[in-house]
Amino acid sequence: MYHGVIKSKWLVLVATALFVAAVAPIGCSATPGDAFSITGSNTVQPLSTLWAEEFMNQRPEVSIAVSGPGSGVGIAALIDGTTEIAQASRKIRQSEIDQATAKGVTPNEILVANDALAVVVHPSNNISDLTYAQLSAIYTNQITNWQELGGAALEIVVLSRDTASGTHVFFKETVVQMRGLPTEDTSLEYGGDVLFLPSTSAGIEETAKNPRAIFYAGLAYVDQTVQAVALKRTADDPAVLPAVETAMDSSYSLVRPLLYYTNGAPTGVIKDFIDYCLSAAGQAKVIEVGYVPVQ
Amino acid sequence: MPRQRSSATTAECALEKGLRRRWRLGEKFIEGGIFLASLLSIVVLLGIVAILLRQGLPIFSYAPPWEFLFGTRWYPVSEPPTFGITSFFVATLWVTIIATAIAVPVGVACAAYLAEVASSRIRETVKPIIELLAGIPSVVMGFIGLLLLSPLIQSLFNLNTGLCGLAAGIMLSLMSLPIIVSVSEDALHAIPDEFRQAAYALGTTKWEVVRHVSIPAALSGIAAAIMLGIGRAIGETMTVLMIAGGALAVPVSPTQPMMPMTAAIASGIGNAVRGGLQYQALFAVGLLLFSITLAVNLIADRVLERQKRKFER
Repeated sequence: MYHGVIKSKWLVLVATALFVAAVAPIGCSATPGDAFSITGSNTVQPLSTLWAEEFMNQRPEVSIAVSGPGSGVGIAALIDGTTEIAQASRKIRQSEIDQATAKGVTPNEILVANDALAVVVHPSNNISDLTYAQLSAIYTNQITNWQELGGAALEIVVLSRDTASGTHVFFKETVVQMRGLPTEDTSLEYGGDVLFLPSTSAGIEETAKNPRAIFYAGLAYVDQTVQAVALKRTADDPAVLPAVETAMDSSYSLVRPLLYYTNGAPTGVIKDFIDYCLSAAGQAKVIEVGYVPVQ
Repeated sequence: MPRQRSSATTAECALEKGLRRRWRLGEKFIEGGIFLASLLSIVVLLGIVAILLRQGLPIFSYAPPWEFLFGTRWYPVSEPPTFGITSFFVATLWVTIIATAIAVPVGVACAAYLAEVASSRIRETVKPIIELLAGIPSVVMGFIGLLLLSPLIQSLFNLNTGLCGLAAGIMLSLMSLPIIVSVSEDALHAIPDEFRQAAYALGTTKWEVVRHVSIPAALSGIAAAIMLGIGRAIGETMTVLMIAGGALAVPVSPTQPMMPMTAAIASGIGNAVRGGLQYQALFAVGLLLFSITLAVNLIADRVLERQKRKFER
């Protein structure tokens, strides 16, 4: 008798657990009107987080979840309808637009900020400026020793972000393949000896302790442990150091857009949020994080 | 007095019967539960195989299997993309060989010491500490490798960078060590003491007992331990992603930066368009990884059977 009671109790418990497990996902996906999520680029994440915090302070009823697994993941999430805003540090690809259209999603691009990309080396490196052609030769393993560029007799350790990163693609198209320059060659690829690192901070860390290293990173990641190199588009152009000011007056050329993608034009609370991001107060936060405001 | 005792026995009997019935019911219940659990693991395994096949096989209509397996160019985000995974495969081979070469001798020796030589007090303090090593998250091992091991290896071997297969292999050996020690020690400990006593009675030394009696007797357990250790090394992702270097060239030496298969999957899947070519290619890499571990296990089973039969004779 007693045993039976225990057994039925257990049954009820198990049944309840199963029921809860079955129903819970439905409960979670039915988001209340004022909650939405931003996911995608690791680069945009600190900016989105700051904006989301400020916006939620002004509008306590709104709840925004921000995550940064990579531009590609964000765009995939937008296509699958699991996020309202995808943040990206590269433009959406045609194949992704086709996929989105097939699922009834129309990606809508909004430029929210710009990011100046700095090329960095070890502080002991005496190289002060590089042209795009030289950088391309370094990243395709054609130049393998700093001596060839007038530096110390050390082999070059070439560091890059991995393919999960929007920065990887932007740097390849703009610098390695020299887009828009007379020497443009779209068949160029990162060389086999380039080290692909899983995060920007890992690259900065390695550059800070390795006199042979060269790396590229968003301006926000660059600190005193590494030395930024001035860039020249061609040998005849002036060498310009990366900074918010030089990026804003367009004298620094290695600048990429940071984008938000929504499904169609934003409405309601998402529109309010994006309006805030593009407002003077929102753009002031852009400088705070180390990015370049949209003019 | 005797009467009283017999009535007590009858009462005990009745109680026992009730208990036994309850036991039997409970046992059925538990038996069913265990059966379901074992069924579930098979269903999950088949499900994983099905998903890997379904997502991974379509890549072979774009890149033929030999091109995929023996190609050395991996440019998934280029136009047109190329998928050749030789460098990932060789990198996995390197780090696994290094990890195994370090962890197996050290691990088995450590287990033999704990089981055969050390006093029980030492064993009871040392073994939990070694097992604690298994609980260190792999990302922490990655940090340690990044901050301590890779600079050391760089200066020791005078390399361009310490981020290389050797550093990753050494960190992996530390991660598979606790598994090898713990499982081998259990196997050695389980050997009946009569085996050792009989050997000592014949005048053997301690080393001879360990070498010719204990280790052969526990061989199946030790082999299982080694296989588990190798499995851990092949499948480990975070540590190799952080410190193996991640270069795409086919590594000819363990001191070169390299990208093992797990790291290739982890670093690529974040940007892969779902259902796209890169996505399929990464699933195919996963399929290969799964086939390798399956083959390792099957070979281990074969070797074990043969060794067992030899030992029985």
